[in-house]
Amino acid sequence: MRTRLYSLEELDDIPGTTVFTAMRSRQAYHLHKFCMSLMEAGNRDKFRLDERAYLDGFRMSDEQKQAVLDRDFNQLIELGGNIYFLVKLSNTDGWSAQRAVGSMTDMTPDEYAAMMRAGGRPIKGNRSIRGKN
Amino acid sequence: MARITAGIGSSHVPAIGAAFDHGKTQDPYWKPVFEGYEWVKEFQRKEDPDVVILCYNDHASALMLDVVPTFALGCAEEFAPADEGWGARPVPMVMGDPVLAGHLAEQLVIDNFDLTLMNHLDVDHGLTVPLSLMFGKVEQWPVRVIPLAINVTQFPTPSAERCWQLGAAIADAVQSYPAGLNVQIWGTGGMSHQLQGPRAGLINPEFDNAFLDKLSNQTDDLRKISRLEFLRESGSEGIELIMWLIMRAALGDKVEELHRFYHVPASNTAVGHIVLRPVR
Repeated sequence: MRTRLYSLEELDDIPGTTVFTAMRSRQAYHLHKFCMSLMEAGNRDKFRLDERAYLDGFRMSDEQKQAVLDRDFNQLIELGGNIYFLVKLSNTDGWSAQRAVGSMTDMTPDEYAAMMRAGGRPIKGNRSIRGKN
Repeated sequence: MARITAGIGSSHVPAIGAAFDHGKTQDPYWKPVFEGYEWVKEFQRKEDPDVVILCYNDHASALMLDVVPTFALGCAEEFAPADEGWGARPVPMVMGDPVLAGHLAEQLVIDNFDLTLMNHLDVDHGLTVPLSLMFGKVEQWPVRVIPLAINVTQFPTPSAERCWQLGAAIADAVQSYPAGLNVQIWGTGGMSHQLQGPRAGLINPEFDNAFLDKLSNQTDDLRKISRLEFLRESGSEGIELIMWLIMRAALGDKVEELHRFYHVPASNTAVGHIVLRPVR
C-alpha cells in the first residue's frame, strides 16, 4: 500500500463543507450541463420563459430539477453540484455572487453582507468537527 | 533569451470585475480594493512586459464539465472573454503567443509535466480580472498572454509541491527560449474564501498573512501545505493559492518583495496582491 498524508475521510471533518470530487462531478454532470447552457443569452431567455420545460430538456434527476426551481444551493451541492457551475444560475437571476453564497448560510443577505464587511466568518471553531476548534 | 522579470500574485474575485466594468471603483466599498492596485499599474507602465504566463483557474466556463485537466496550457492566437451568465465582460480580446506556448508545451512535457494543450479556450474572470487590475481600462491589453489553467475545483487538485515543481520547470523553459522577451508570471486566486455550504464566508487573515510573509524566503513551509490544510484553514476555494506557488517557483531561489496589499473583504473573499522580483 502506498502511504498517504491523511485519510480521505478527514475531508468530511471540515464543518459546513462539501468537497467536490470526481464522483460528485459525475453525479452532477447533467445538472452542470444545464448550468453551463445558461452561458448563452438565448438559453437564459428560454429558461426564464418556462423554467420547468427548459429543465426537462436535461437528463437531471427530479430532485436536482426541484432544487434548481427552489434555488436551494445547499441541496444542489448535496446532489453533487459545485458553486462555479451553480453561479451561472444565480447570475442568470441577476443575483450577486455574495447573495448566492450567503443563501447557503443561516443568515439573511443583509446579515451575511454585514459579517463579510466585519471581516468574514472566523476560522476559530470552524476548522474541525471532531476537534471542535 | 527570454527572461522572467517579475512575479505577481493577485486575487481574481468576479465582483471586482463587475465593480470595474460598472464604474464603481470609487464607491466606498470598492475604493480601498482598487487603491491597492494603483502601485502595480504604474509598475507595469515602466516594466512594459511582452508576455504574461497567467496561472488561473477556469470557473466552469470552458473546462470542468466534459474535461477536467489538471494543468491546461492555452496555445491559441487569441482567447475570448467568456459569458458567465450575465454577458461577457466588456474587455479586449486576450491575445496569445502560440510560439512561446508551443515551446513551453514541448519543454514541460519533456520535463514530465503531462499538460493538456488548449487550441481553443474562452477565458473567464479568473484571467480577465487580474488583467484589469494590472492594466486598468484599456482598448487593447498591452501584453500577450499564455493562459495556464489549473484545476483547483475538483479534488484532488495538484499538490502545492507539484505546483512548485511546475513553476521551476517553467523558469527553465522560459530561459531556454531564444527570443529576448520580457516575461512575467502571475499566480492568481485566493486568498482565503469559501463559497459553499454553511461555512461560506470563511476568512483566515492569519493564514493569508503567513502565506504572504513566507512567499519570499520560507517557501519550504508553503510547499508542504497539504490539500486538507488549505481546505480547512483557507476555505474550500482558498486552495487557489497553490497557483501562487507556480509563480513563486518560476522566480528562482531569491526574490525581492516590491509591493504587497491585503484587504478584507471583496464580496466573499480576502484580497491579496504581491509583486516579486527575482534576484540573481
